[in-house]
Amino acid sequence: MNKTINISNPKLKFSSGKSISPLEIAYETYGVLNKEKTNAILVCHALTGDQYVCGKNPITKKPGWWDILVGKNKPIDTNKYFIICSNVLGGCMGTTGPKSIDNSTKSTYGLHFPVITISDMVKVQMLLLDQLGIEKVLSVIGGSMGGMQVLSWMSEFPQRIKSAIPIASAAYHTSQNIAFHEVGRQAIMADPNWHEGKYFEHNIVPEKGLSVARMTAHITYLSEVALQNKFGRNLQDRSKKTFSFDADFQVESYLRYQGVNFVKRFDANSYLFLTRAMDYFDLISENDGMLANAFNNLHASICVISFTGDWLFPSSESKKIVHALNANGVDVSFIDIESNKGHDAFLMDEPQMFETIRGFLEAQYNK
Amino acid sequence: MNLKCLRQLGASWRRSTINKMNNRSDFIVISDMVAPNSRILDVGCDDGSLMQMLQESKTVNARGIELFPDRVNLCLAKGLSVVQGDANKDLAMYPKNSFDYVILSKTLQSMLQPKETLEGLLRVGKRAIVSIPNFGHWKVRLYLAIHGQMPVTPSLPATWFNTENIHLCTINDFLELCKNMDINIIKSVALDKNGKVLNFANRLRSVNLIGEQAIFLLEKNNHG
Repeated sequence: MNKTINISNPKLKFSSGKSISPLEIAYETYGVLNKEKTNAILVCHALTGDQYVCGKNPITKKPGWWDILVGKNKPIDTNKYFIICSNVLGGCMGTTGPKSIDNSTKSTYGLHFPVITISDMVKVQMLLLDQLGIEKVLSVIGGSMGGMQVLSWMSEFPQRIKSAIPIASAAYHTSQNIAFHEVGRQAIMADPNWHEGKYFEHNIVPEKGLSVARMTAHITYLSEVALQNKFGRNLQDRSKKTFSFDADFQVESYLRYQGVNFVKRFDANSYLFLTRAMDYFDLISENDGMLANAFNNLHASICVISFTGDWLFPSSESKKIVHALNANGVDVSFIDIESNKGHDAFLMDEPQMFETIRGFLEAQYNK
Repeated sequence: MNLKCLRQLGASWRRSTINKMNNRSDFIVISDMVAPNSRILDVGCDDGSLMQMLQESKTVNARGIELFPDRVNLCLAKGLSVVQGDANKDLAMYPKNSFDYVILSKTLQSMLQPKETLEGLLRVGKRAIVSIPNFGHWKVRLYLAIHGQMPVTPSLPATWFNTENIHLCTINDFLELCKNMDINIIKSVALDKNGKVLNFANRLRSVNLIGEQAIFLLEKNNHG
């Protein structure tokens, strides 16, 4: 548990032109790497995820964020595969990020941390694979921001992957998605405890701001149907309205709970930097306006997965990726899973998705 | 018509659940039309059986489109590359001439716009292989003549109100459409109810009468 590597001179220039050293990468592995090193699967976590994919998360004491999918005899079977997941660059669970100490100032980076991109995250993951001596992964898989990392792998380092599974993802962050992120960031920055990002020096954290950011974002991860089915207009532990601004409705109480719990495990500045990285993601503009150009050198087998009820990263965006892959004659499969759970469906009990992933990986492993 | 024939006909009418047509013979004919090592797209690929067979017999590079997610998953587990989609609209996802052959096996009759689908097949593929159930088969004609109702036969087992086959045609109809669309028919093969190959040459009338299905290898007519 709690594996880290420390690279004193990472020789890595970020998209912004800046670099940092030393660089620490916190990661977890599950299962056993075979002698030929052909069974490694890189899992990329989403915005608020971490390296604790399955088993018990040592921080929250709850099951890992993809425990439903990854583990012994599960679709991503740790009896068979060697799973690697690292906390992303800019994160707050051990990999270097804005709450790490900047050696030149001896205090936390805060806003002095370089603005990073999805591509930078992937380059850091590659340093980890190099350290582990893995030339080519059997597959790289992830949902949402994790899916963006998968797409970045497909585009920038196609020779390092045998297959890839981008889930509930898109080749660029839409205007609406940037808008939601901006609301979250403004909530954090409007919190007087934020102190221009230097809150650790004031021994305080911008809990309110970060909590509101989480509450807004959480709504976008669900769907109207899911919220209505789960809460309706039900009242929280009371029989009538209180004529106050207390959390009368269950849905309010639920969101507050989500917010409060989130601030216990997440860093506000990390939230700023990671949402920014997602906003900057655009494989189309980076490839002269042609998404197909992003995959010119890709020879891996790809399985794109989307969900019909996902309005944040809608199926139509996944289809654009499939379209671009087809234009390059890439070995691509696609499945649009019927679900009303919204964007977060990729984290939930979706038997169809499990079957897709299990079958696809098994076939790739046997190829 | 002899007595044996009539009895067979009666038996087939009485059958409540009727077996699907013998797929194998259809596949063998299609396989014969495909050049080795070519790139193929199987539209409506079902569980991927045809793609698998073509990979084995002709070492083709195969892709599929399939509407139903369960069937897509069956294909993925076999290592096949299949996109979940609707042949009515998703052919547009593929660039022009991206395949040597686009195969549409017994699906044209369920398309909303069969003519547009044919155009789509020959845009995406250099050649197309299309198979159709023949509505000109004598059993179909006889059924309609005797019962005055939409025919229900072993190869077309659904009733008119719940059938997926909304655009049925005869072999003659199909040939006429190809002519109108200036499509070059490179090869035509008809199969009888036992999957036996019927000779097309100079016997179109009888083929249209006893062929239960027909398979065509098509190409855009560049001189047209």
